Amino acid sequence: MEVVEKDKKQIRQAHCEQELKEFIDSVKDMEHGDSYLIAVLHKAQGLYGYLSREVMDTIAQQMQIPTAHIWGVATFYHYFNLTPPGKYVVSVCLGTACYVKGAPQILDAVRNELKIDLGGVTEDRLFSLQLARCLGACGIAPVVMIGDKIHGEMTPQKVVDVINQYRKADSAHSTGLASSPRATKK
Amino acid sequence: MDEKITITINGKPYRVDLDQTIMEAADSCGYHIPRLCYHPKLSIEGACRVCIVEVEGMKNYIASCAYPLFEGMKIHTNTKELRQARRDIVELLLDNHPEDCHVCERDGNCELQRLAYAMGIRHRHFAGERKHYHKDLSSTSVIRDPDKCILCGRCVRMCSEIQGVNALGQANRGFNTVIMPAYDMPFAESVCTACGQCINVCPTASFVEKNHTQELFSKLNDNSLVKVAQIAPSVRAAIGEGFNLPPGKNMEGQTVAALRKLGFNYVFDTQFSADLTILEEASEFLERVQEKGKLPMITSCSSAWMKYMEQFYPDLIENISTCKSPMSMGSAIIKTHFADQIKVDPKNIVSVAIMCCTAKKYEAQRPELMVNGMQATDIVVVTRELVWMIKSAGIDFLNITPEEFDSPMGMSSGAGTIFGVTGGVMEAALRTAYELYTGETLVDIELNSIRGFDGIKVGSITMDGKEIRVAVANGLGNAHNLLEIVRKEPDRYHFIEIMGCPGGCIGGGGQPYAAANSIPLDTECLKARAEALYSNDRKKTIRRSHDNPEIQRLYKEFLGRPLSKKSHELLHTHYKPHEPKGIASRKIRAI
Repeated sequence: MEVVEKDKKQIRQAHCEQELKEFIDSVKDMEHGDSYLIAVLHKAQGLYGYLSREVMDTIAQQMQIPTAHIWGVATFYHYFNLTPPGKYVVSVCLGTACYVKGAPQILDAVRNELKIDLGGVTEDRLFSLQLARCLGACGIAPVVMIGDKIHGEMTPQKVVDVINQYRKADSAHSTGLASSPRATKK
Repeated sequence: MDEKITITINGKPYRVDLDQTIMEAADSCGYHIPRLCYHPKLSIEGACRVCIVEVEGMKNYIASCAYPLFEGMKIHTNTKELRQARRDIVELLLDNHPEDCHVCERDGNCELQRLAYAMGIRHRHFAGERKHYHKDLSSTSVIRDPDKCILCGRCVRMCSEIQGVNALGQANRGFNTVIMPAYDMPFAESVCTACGQCINVCPTASFVEKNHTQELFSKLNDNSLVKVAQIAPSVRAAIGEGFNLPPGKNMEGQTVAALRKLGFNYVFDTQFSADLTILEEASEFLERVQEKGKLPMITSCSSAWMKYMEQFYPDLIENISTCKSPMSMGSAIIKTHFADQIKVDPKNIVSVAIMCCTAKKYEAQRPELMVNGMQATDIVVVTRELVWMIKSAGIDFLNITPEEFDSPMGMSSGAGTIFGVTGGVMEAALRTAYELYTGETLVDIELNSIRGFDGIKVGSITMDGKEIRVAVANGLGNAHNLLEIVRKEPDRYHFIEIMGCPGGCIGGGGQPYAAANSIPLDTECLKARAEALYSNDRKKTIRRSHDNPEIQRLYKEFLGRPLSKKSHELLHTHYKPHEPKGIASRKIRAI
């Protein structure tokens, strides 16, 4: 079973490498090819979830852009993550509807519960925290997205409960007592 | 290009070339607008805003370094409001800068300090949040102290545009911006070549050399040790500037005398070792020519180039001469033959190199250069450090009676002298190679095609009907441009000289800071330093390395002949590829 998981990971890794390379090849010889660096970094973050040193080194070699420059761009823009995200990415929506329905209090509650700030990752690497600007679920505002699931009509207490459900599901999963956390979390 | 326009500066009309910035025009009219991030050899950044001027009809003050002229432009450089605004800008820079001038390495040599004085800042008005970072002490050669940095970006541009190394970049944003290597990695683990040009262009003490003066003072006070110094050619051509002399004064005899007063038992000349290098290098070249070895052969004297090559051009390792640099050849002889001659255990000899170069501190620690399990060069101090030591020891350098170098490593030919200037190694090598190859004397020994400060110079010489094509690059960015040609056309040149710093060693990263009325790496200053060496060459009766009697004696008594087994053991080295692999900038500016 574990071997299959490992193989899958390798296949996914190779697929990401290939897709990033194809993207770089499609832009690097264009006029002002260097200026596609930000687009390439976006692509890489989309594929890997964050920008690791290895990925930035690869981009540097493939685009022939010095790493000190790539590092400058990657650290300048807040959008880029330089550390791996948690297993579950918690996005607190601060769009207008959510905002007026109390999203700032939801954000505070999540911060306090996870003891991390925006862009941070919990010590157990289970959660990372980011902002969202409208997730298109204004009807059930305020909303929080965890992984790819939307949780609506949140209150500071309810959001803590939801987080605890993920924790519970995850520990059950890792001790082999339950099925995947995504399946149990409804 | 030649179009002239009329502008007024501070109410006075001037006819000036159109194709200029306000700052350049003002310079030509005798107005020196204060500046900080600007350097004429680097791209325009417009970051510091110190050079603002008022232009009639424009709403805001504008950065004169970055703004082109137009007909009828009315410029004011010194109004009351402008002076106030400029002073505020410098005060805001000072606000985020430590108040530690009296204990700072650059006290008295700092552009920010001079600027603050010139702006009339006599109080610190703003007391805001101040940044605090750790110093990066990891490098053998260059210390990075972000707390002193004012983010002018001159180091970043120098490192990418002139040197093509790109070790530095600006990371993070706003108040949190820091100049650092990629991934905030320690300098020692980055692509930094230790050339020290960031130190040369830094206006403050954000970059300084790793200081070895205290260690040296303590060794000099240890009577159980034999203290041996050697001095690089370029040190004598620039050290006077550290004592407020104009550039270009050759202070060889004074430097020798000062070193003896500091406590050295023997003072040798790296120019002697340069002659030794030429014997080995010219012989190696001829061997490669005659035995169809790898060509072009590329020189290996410059330590920054050595590191650059291993990281950026590992594919050219076979092309690099296996000769050690003159410093390391000299030290190898000091720790072996010379130690035998004076009957001292080499472990009790301290071999000190006075160099114009921060990268020599790196070179000295290369494990490949060990001799009999010992580091051959124990301590390297750069010109600036020696200036400080002489002053600190209270030696009256300017009035000292000049003295001669010690035997047996003190005599040098004119060829050894010109090692310090770009093209000099090539010229010296050809003077010897020609005679070794043809058996005839080369009449016209001054090879003008490879003199001067062009980034890349080419020339040729005919030896017994065989044309030898040579090329010379100074500054690593120019080296990159030349090597790209070599990669494409490996047969184009037979012999290549590369020096890591602009102008060669005379422009090294360890040379005295620019004088108050000058700028770092000013071309006139470099020319004057070069002339100090060329005129020394002209004055010498012996101008070819192989005619140096001390060199002849060393071969007779110890080494046998060039490229002998002993020579290979002591005077030659090897290279290997190094991580991280460098990526040269595409922003390299031709100089």
